Amino acid sequence: MQNIKIVAAGDSSILIEFGSEINPEINRKITSTVQLIRAQQIEGIVDMIPAFCSLLINYDPRIITYDRIQSRMAELVKMDVKASAQKKKVFEIPVCYGGDFGPDIENIAANAGLSVEEVIKIHSSSDYLIYMLGFLPGFCYLGGLDERIHTPRLANPRVKIPAGSVGIGGSQTGIYPLDSPGGWQLMGLTPVKTYDPDRETPILLEAGDYIRFVPIDRGEFDRIKALVDRNEYECVIREGEV
Amino acid sequence: MGIRILKGGMLTTVQDLGRAGYQSQGFSVAGVMDVRSFKIANLLLDNPENEAVLEFTLIGPTVEFTSISIVAITGGDFQPTVNGEPVEMYKALYMKKGDILKFGSARTGSRGYLAFGSYLDVPVVMGSRCTNLKSRQGGFKGRKLEAGDYIHFRKKCQYLPFFLSRKLDLHEFDQNEAELRVVMGPQDDRFSKQGIETFLNSEYTVTSEFDRMGCRLDGPFIAPKETSDIISDGIAFGSVQVPSHGKPIILLADRQTTGGYAKIATVASVDIPKLVQRKTDHKIRFRAITVEEAQKLYMDELRELDEMRKVIHKPCKEVLECRLPAKRLAKLFE
Repeated sequence: MQNIKIVAAGDSSILIEFGSEINPEINRKITSTVQLIRAQQIEGIVDMIPAFCSLLINYDPRIITYDRIQSRMAELVKMDVKASAQKKKVFEIPVCYGGDFGPDIENIAANAGLSVEEVIKIHSSSDYLIYMLGFLPGFCYLGGLDERIHTPRLANPRVKIPAGSVGIGGSQTGIYPLDSPGGWQLMGLTPVKTYDPDRETPILLEAGDYIRFVPIDRGEFDRIKALVDRNEYECVIREGEV
Repeated sequence: MGIRILKGGMLTTVQDLGRAGYQSQGFSVAGVMDVRSFKIANLLLDNPENEAVLEFTLIGPTVEFTSISIVAITGGDFQPTVNGEPVEMYKALYMKKGDILKFGSARTGSRGYLAFGSYLDVPVVMGSRCTNLKSRQGGFKGRKLEAGDYIHFRKKCQYLPFFLSRKLDLHEFDQNEAELRVVMGPQDDRFSKQGIETFLNSEYTVTSEFDRMGCRLDGPFIAPKETSDIISDGIAFGSVQVPSHGKPIILLADRQTTGGYAKIATVASVDIPKLVQRKTDHKIRFRAITVEEAQKLYMDELRELDEMRKVIHKPCKEVLECRLPAKRLAKLFE
């Protein structure tokens, strides 16, 4: 494990940086640290935001000062904890790539020196681990994007991106769960709702699950969308070994 | 027993201190933008610290009371009137059945707060009564208030002790500029020395892209060392992120839980109200302080609020003066 850095993020938050790369090992360390903090019931901790390789903790400075929480966390991250292996659950997410749904797909292809078809093939041929949820309700940060199609974020973020948009931001890919501003390069749209406040389980996916993107054409998109709108669509879920 | 919204204003929502504890699933905290004005509004009425209020933006609502209540108005000056007569802010106000409380546009500040001694009856969702507009949760049906909406009260409120004492002489948002004290980091090491100097020594302007989610500033380019893209991590209330275009965006109540731009600094909690009460074209400067200083400022403000609580619980001059004629009269009957 690399050097772990603990820094202030204002007067009511502290950030623990576990490393500076996206890898499953670092991510598991964060998951276990979160569990450890919960188990220890440290007074004054208000909320936690686990991310790829960092953990932001919101605390109440009336109850615990920066110095105290800093030294407490420094002790805690030294502890060695192991996460257990499990079977993986793969959600198949249909995506209609390109056209109006993916206005940046040519950018992505040009940046990679590939054809649009190759970009789609690469993007839809691996299982992506959900490292964390964040940014928006149900927004999944996925790991494992093929290096060939890494693409920088837009210099100036868009003010509105439609729900269901699938895009690439740097070394990450993902789905926008609802209309939102954002800086990712858009490559397609899924008719599946990863977040639906009116559904029994508003959030479809969980950290630790996997996603596989499946290319579909416009006709299939419309067919699935009609099912989704009637609440009759169910995602295909495969099981596999990690 | 409650209030009817006759006009919704520009953006009026039910808010409290926010819905903490669910950020790991991607749910924003939401809650009030100006925590200080919110706390003062509730303390004027002896309400619990986290009691839900109405927050309004730039143009306030018009509200009809269908029963008696005691309310307090704080924040920016929205020129409030009751039945057409101007009323004071930062003061407990007695509302009768049928009274119409009307707010205009913000003369000073940009956000106003209306607290109720009779408590608003909206459901508690995941531990909070606040409205999350993004995920359409909480508050009144998960949305901003519109004409015709009716909100019940949870209890009767016809009397508060020391009623005349319940006022504070505060005029907080008269200026067109603000200096925001910041704690540097967590990713200030992503910026060049020159970038940091630019950030701390320049004047920035509040743009029109300013909502409950964040405030974009315009001004000199803040240079990153290489790139300001980072691997997405958690965002705090008041995080100052700087995307590749080099202009700061300060993330506020409805901020996303995580983001992928480097955060050069975080605004001290006590200075966030100064920012959220600004309008387009107002000027902002930043000054670096330590985390210990920021926490001291926070504790100082809590003590200041305690002092306010004491002031409004003392018999006021008017009441004391009434006793003088009474004493003189008493002599006549001796």
